[in-house]
Amino acid sequence: MANFIKNIFTKNSKLNIDQLIVKKTIVSFFFFFLCIGGGIWAWSWLQRQPLDGGIRGGVKQPLKDGLNANESVFNKLLSDKNKAKEYPKSAAVKKARVNGGYGMGDDFDPTTWAMYVMKAKGDTLVIKLDDLKKLPKTEVIFNFKCIEGWSQITWWGGVKFSDFVKAYGLTEESAMKYLGLSTPDEEYYVGIDMPSALHPQTLLCYELNGKPLPMDQGYPLRLIIPVKYGVKSLKRIGSMYFDNERPPDFWAERGYDYFTGL
Amino acid sequence: MKKIVKKHPLAIRWFHWFNFPILTIMIWSGLLIYWANDVYKIGFGDRTLLKFFPESFYQALNVPYRLAEGMAYHFVFMWLFFINGFAYVLYTAISGEWRYLLPNRHSFKEAWQVLLHDLRIRKKSPPQKKYNGAQRIAYTAIIVMGLGSILTGLAIYKPVQLGWLCAMFGGYEMSRIVHFVLTIGYVLFFLVHLFQVIRAGWNNFRGMVTGFEVEKIKDEPPPAPAEQPSK
Repeated sequence: MANFIKNIFTKNSKLNIDQLIVKKTIVSFFFFFLCIGGGIWAWSWLQRQPLDGGIRGGVKQPLKDGLNANESVFNKLLSDKNKAKEYPKSAAVKKARVNGGYGMGDDFDPTTWAMYVMKAKGDTLVIKLDDLKKLPKTEVIFNFKCIEGWSQITWWGGVKFSDFVKAYGLTEESAMKYLGLSTPDEEYYVGIDMPSALHPQTLLCYELNGKPLPMDQGYPLRLIIPVKYGVKSLKRIGSMYFDNERPPDFWAERGYDYFTGL
Repeated sequence: MKKIVKKHPLAIRWFHWFNFPILTIMIWSGLLIYWANDVYKIGFGDRTLLKFFPESFYQALNVPYRLAEGMAYHFVFMWLFFINGFAYVLYTAISGEWRYLLPNRHSFKEAWQVLLHDLRIRKKSPPQKKYNGAQRIAYTAIIVMGLGSILTGLAIYKPVQLGWLCAMFGGYEMSRIVHFVLTIGYVLFFLVHLFQVIRAGWNNFRGMVTGFEVEKIKDEPPPAPAEQPSK
């Protein structure tokens, strides 16, 4: 045994072939195990990192930083002007899947519903559904993608968010970085980067399959944003506001990527 | 008499061993994501032969309700997987190692011989240089699969911005299926690889760590020079 160790510090030229093989093998495996140790250390370092401050669980802060970095990398690499592929109406499913009921409480009273838009200078617009229906209607039939991994071709109708912004003189507000939306009971809320909100397929949506939204799809008005996973298509808009800081986001607080751009 | 013969360059050993934990993390985090919509199965009609995956499998690996975590790991470690794979391809291309790795016109015949030999049908062992025909095909296929995983992965990750890529794989759902099947392919590759490494023995395994193999050379006097053919 002592010879093995001694040989490691002996010049190669003084060793016979068997000693040399043992020496080279030991030295290589020493570094090999050192690297494995380094890998294990790196992994346990990551496991020791604090969570991202989320409400329930959340993810490790370095991973969340990685997701935020991905957002800027892919925003630089790719255009945000691309549109989600559109389909004929016949391709749309008859019954759109209902997935999640946060903010869809039974105590909702449709007769008193209005959308509250907090303007930059502190005043609030109160907008009824009939006001929105006066604006040009846009229909989008696209493959709705859930963050869980399923997708469905669905047919939605409503007002382009960008048309709404123009019609209600919200250009100053829409120059800010983010749009925040919340359900009337404030149980569910999302934050959306402004370029995605102003994307030509983003709708303030009041129709599914050519009929008024069903209750469980967020009657009377929901968001449909095809360039994001479904988690951002908030059902039953109660209020909206504009900010340069990221508005709170229900699922981002639970460990999901904030941007979730497709 | 023994001889030390160089086999694997240091760079290739790095790429190989670095890839191992990274791919493991990618497959594990992919599983956390897949769980949230685990719709794939093998079967016909109403008969299911194999469901991906049985509940006991999820429980054993602590998979349920970790979608957010899975996505976070997957979309961070994807960079390491991509950079390592890209560096490997670049290295093999520049260093000339590709000559030992890409299949040539003999490889398919040779791979068949290897298969027969491994199944104990053929007695004579096939010609073995650095890599035999079966290895050339397997090690090239795994790189093509890696490229496939990256492209289908991107198609699922950015199906709107990279709509053309998504369409190339037959749409969003199809991209997800291909991405999944490739992953199953890695696991099968790994099982065969592990079995072959165990079968090939210590000298071969050591080569992937140290870079060299030990060759035995016969202690015979050199053969007498062959007679010149007379014309």
